[in-house]
Parts: sequence; C-alpha cells; structure tokens
Amino acid sequence: MARANSQPMMTISDLEKKAYAIRQDIITALVAAKSGHSAGPLGMADIFTALYFRVLNVTPETRNDKNRDRVVLSNAHICPVLYATLAQRGFAKRDEFLKTLRKLGSPFQGHSNNHFDIGIETCGGPLGQGLSQAVGMALAARMDDAKWRTYCLMSDGELDEGQSWEAVMLAGKERLRNLTAIVDRNNIQIDGYTENIMPLEPLADKWRAFNWHVIEIDGHNIGQFIDAVGEAKAVYEKPTVILAHTIPGKGVSFMENRFEWHGKPPSPEEAKQAMLELRTLQGQITSEHQ
Amino acid sequence: MPAVPLNPKLFRKDVEQIPTRNGYGDGLVEIGKKDKRVVVLTGDLAESTRAHLFQKAFPDRFVECGVAEQNMMGVAAGLALAGKIPFVSSYAVFVPGRNWDQLRVSVCYTKANVKVAGAHAGISVGPDGATHQALEDIAITRVLPNLTVVVPCDYLETKKATIALAKMIGPAYFRFAREKTPVMTVEKTPFKIGKANVMRVGTDATIAACGPLVYEAMVAAEMLAKDGIDVEVLNCHTLKPFDEETLTKSVKKTGCCVTVEEHQIIGGLAGAVAETLGRREPAPIENIGMQNSFGESGETEELLTKYGMKSADIVKAVKRAHKRKVSKK
Repeated sequence: MARANSQPMMTISDLEKKAYAIRQDIITALVAAKSGHSAGPLGMADIFTALYFRVLNVTPETRNDKNRDRVVLSNAHICPVLYATLAQRGFAKRDEFLKTLRKLGSPFQGHSNNHFDIGIETCGGPLGQGLSQAVGMALAARMDDAKWRTYCLMSDGELDEGQSWEAVMLAGKERLRNLTAIVDRNNIQIDGYTENIMPLEPLADKWRAFNWHVIEIDGHNIGQFIDAVGEAKAVYEKPTVILAHTIPGKGVSFMENRFEWHGKPPSPEEAKQAMLELRTLQGQITSEHQ
Repeated sequence: MPAVPLNPKLFRKDVEQIPTRNGYGDGLVEIGKKDKRVVVLTGDLAESTRAHLFQKAFPDRFVECGVAEQNMMGVAAGLALAGKIPFVSSYAVFVPGRNWDQLRVSVCYTKANVKVAGAHAGISVGPDGATHQALEDIAITRVLPNLTVVVPCDYLETKKATIALAKMIGPAYFRFAREKTPVMTVEKTPFKIGKANVMRVGTDATIAACGPLVYEAMVAAEMLAKDGIDVEVLNCHTLKPFDEETLTKSVKKTGCCVTVEEHQIIGGLAGAVAETLGRREPAPIENIGMQNSFGESGETEELLTKYGMKSADIVKAVKRAHKRKVSKK
C-alpha cells in the first residue's frame, strides 16, 4: 500500500529531535492546564513520534479514510502525548493544544475521545478497555480482507484489569496478525511500583502463554521500535505485543522513574527547569540557551 | 388516536405463543441477509439467545467471545467503529449487568453503533432464581446518554425491533424473555422506535406497559370494561427516547396511569412515566413491577403471581388509581 505521506521520510535523528519537541509541548500544555499526567506522556514520546511520523499509514488528510491504520489509546490518561504528537503532525491545532488542554470546550479533553475529528479513533480512560476495542477493529479488517493494521497503546498498570486478559485471550484465539499491542512497561502506577502493587512478571511469558508473539525493546530507541513494528507485520498467525521498556518522565531528570509524577503537572518553576533540560537534551547541547 | 391492528386471536386460548428471543434470532438472519455489515457476538450463549441462527447462516460474521462479557462489549465497539453493525448477545443480567462501564465508555460515549441484546430478562425466567432474573437492566441503560432502550412486547415486535435497530445509527439496548408469550401484534402492526403503540383506546385510565406483560394489561383492560372502567393501553416499547407525547395525551384524557413492567419500579418504566407526568401532566400513578426486592426460584406463573404482575393485580392497581383520581376531584 502506498504511503500517503504529506512529509518526507524523517531519519532516526530527526525523529529523536521531534520527540523532544513533543516533550516540550507536553510540559507547556500541562503547566497551562494546571492538572494532568506528566510521567507517562514523557515516557511514551519516542514511540508516539515514531508511530505518527514513520510507522502509521494515516495522515491528517487521510484521517477518515477507510483503509487508514487505527490507533487505540487505552491508557488515555497519557493523552497529552497523543495530542502533542497529533498537533506536531498537523492533525490538530498546536496553539490550541498548548493553551486549552483540559479546558471547557476544548477538543483536548482530560482523557482522549473521538468527538472532534482530529484523528482520534476512540474514547478511553477507564483502564483495560482499549485492547478490546482494538481486537474488534482487527476483526473487522479481517472480515473485510482489508490491509490496514490496528495498534493498541497500553500501560503496564492496566494489565491489572481482568478485561485486558480477556482481550488478550480472544486475540490469541483469533490469531489476529493485523493487531499490535504496545505496552508501556514503565514499572509505575498511581500507588507505586507495579511489582509492589500487583506483580506482572514474568510478563513476556504471560503474553506468550496466550499465543502472542512477544518483542521486548528499549522504548526510547526509535530504531528498535521501528524494527519491532516491522517484525510484527512479518509474523503470521499471531498478534504481536511490543513490551516497550520506558523511563517514566523521560527527559526531565527530576521526574524520571518517580511514580509521584504519574498524575500531576509541573509547577511553572519546575516547568522552567524541565524545559531547559528538554531544550538541551539533558545537557548534551551546551552551546545554546546558556 | 385509534388503536393499532392486533392479532384477532389475542383473547382466545389458541393465540400463538412464541418466545420473544426467537424474534431476535429470526430478525438477525433476515437483516443479516440484506446487510453484510451486521455481525453477531456472544459470550458462550449462542443457542439460548437464538444468536446461533445467525451463526449457522453467517459463520464468518459471528464472533464467539467466550465467558468474557467486558471484552465482548469492547470488541463490539471496535467492530462498530470500523464500520460493522455488531449485535452483542447474552443474558440481560450479564449484558449490561456485567459490562456497564464498557457500555458507558466504549459504546455510549464513543457513539459506537453497537446493539446490545439482553435475553432471559425479567422474573419470568423462573427456576434459575434471583441471580439470573434481570430486573435492573432498564434502569442502568435508560440512564446512559446516547443509548436507545427498547423492550418489545412479543415475538413479532422483537423481530421488527431487531431489524429497525440494525437500520438505526447509534447505540441501543433491547431485552427479551425466555418463556413463550402470546403474539399480540400482526405483521402490519406499526413499529417505530420512540413511538408508543396505542393497543386499546379508553377514557377512564391509562395503562402504560412494556414487554410481554402488555398481554396481562390487555386482559386486565377487558376485565375492567366489565366493571365499567374503560382503559387505554399503551405499549411503551421504547423506554428511551420515551414517547412523552402519546403518554401525556392519553393521561390528559384519562386522568390516571398504571405502569406495568417486569422490572424494578425504581428507574424502569415507572420512572420514565413519573418523570414525564410530573413535568407535563401530574396525575395519580400506580406501579406494577418488582417493588424493590430480588426474585427467587419458581415457575413463571408462580412468580408473576407472587410478585403481583398478573392481570388481577393490574385490575386492582387501575381501580386504586381511578379512585384516587375521583377523590381528587
């Protein structure tokens, strides 16, 4: 299928820079919103960038096309990263996102929904529902003998939900090779570390036992992610899960790996520090902004 | 408003008796032939919901989800968002009883074109006992934005409802009974979503009923006629959007109303009627239905009698409402 892309293909290095731009937009929007989740969106910025700027067969122009790839964001509390990516990619107005996240009348609701024609497929929020929706989409594509693929982004914490495993079971039974789940394995949830709240390990073995193809990657290595998506497309007879090991709060030193940042935004002062770190790629670039 | 055409055998002993769920199965096959987008899901209850008729006819458009109702509702949402018209088939106690949040978010908030079918609804399911008698499903669906709620009264109306809901765009819930119940309507009886049917024209009291108990209401109306009370019977098959016009017009004329349903009176048809009349035409109301209790095991007739849902109970309720109206004047 021809890539209907309105932009030239970006290099891995371009994508990495774009991910940092998206992180800055997330911080800016969260500060203006005065509420929302910080850690998850920052942690998933690399994967969202790779998805929308490289992997997906969907563009702002083809966002309602029958044969577009579908994305289901199951852990919709990380929607700032979806919004920031869609805005950077031209699906939504960037300025509006930066100013109106979580505000009355904004398309950028506290949890993402499909009411505003900005390329968002479903409503999410209550955890554990997205993979079921994605399974339904993948089944529909198969019934139609269509080539488009479904990607479901999930958190590790939401694997506590029984419904997640109901969906995993059905996808395994139906051998949905057109379905790829991407789990943000960042090891945190609201009350603490996943392995303390409700241990998930051995997580890869669990998915394998349900007849899924499992790929583990460094979720901040865009090259690895693109390769994993390609591998998933090549696997016949099975759905694929990409267990993406990520650092929650990635890119902002005082947020990284701290579950306290799951559900709160930075203060204006904290944001200033965060933006400095993000602009300089955590000090790697020293010539500017000094 | 004149009464709709009804089965001439309605009050005879040889009136056809067919379970409403059969209307679902037959309706699915009929619409399935015409519209390739129709798909059917079940959670290990293909035969008793009659979804197996569709399964046999269109195996490629049938999804067996296993005993996992939460996932099934989400899968249906995904199918709908990708252009299908999915029918989720299970027992009303499980669907929407067990996946209400999935119905709320994945289906209603998302505006996914999913049709939810709750079989074995009401106390008439009998010997299985309280756990399997769905008596709260109307309340928990009627409250959800974007959701249409339908309770067909007999086999034919269920078949028509199945086809009509497939053609309607938007989420819907409808419920059926397990037992054989009288076929009151005929092919030419109109069925329009959101439009109550006047089953009998009267001037002294209104009975607003839904589901197979419409039959008990019709029998009660005949009994009351002998006592000189001329009753109007409304088949309120659509609980949402509720036909306020037909009800208000009727009660303006009759001055009182009795609701009849196989459901808790809290939040069910009784709720819809009280909300409407309270706002538009205040009048005495009496309620036939579950009076804030669980059911129990027993035969259908035993249970309907014990919990006061037979024609004799409706007669008494109409007389109470009628008396309150008279004493008010």
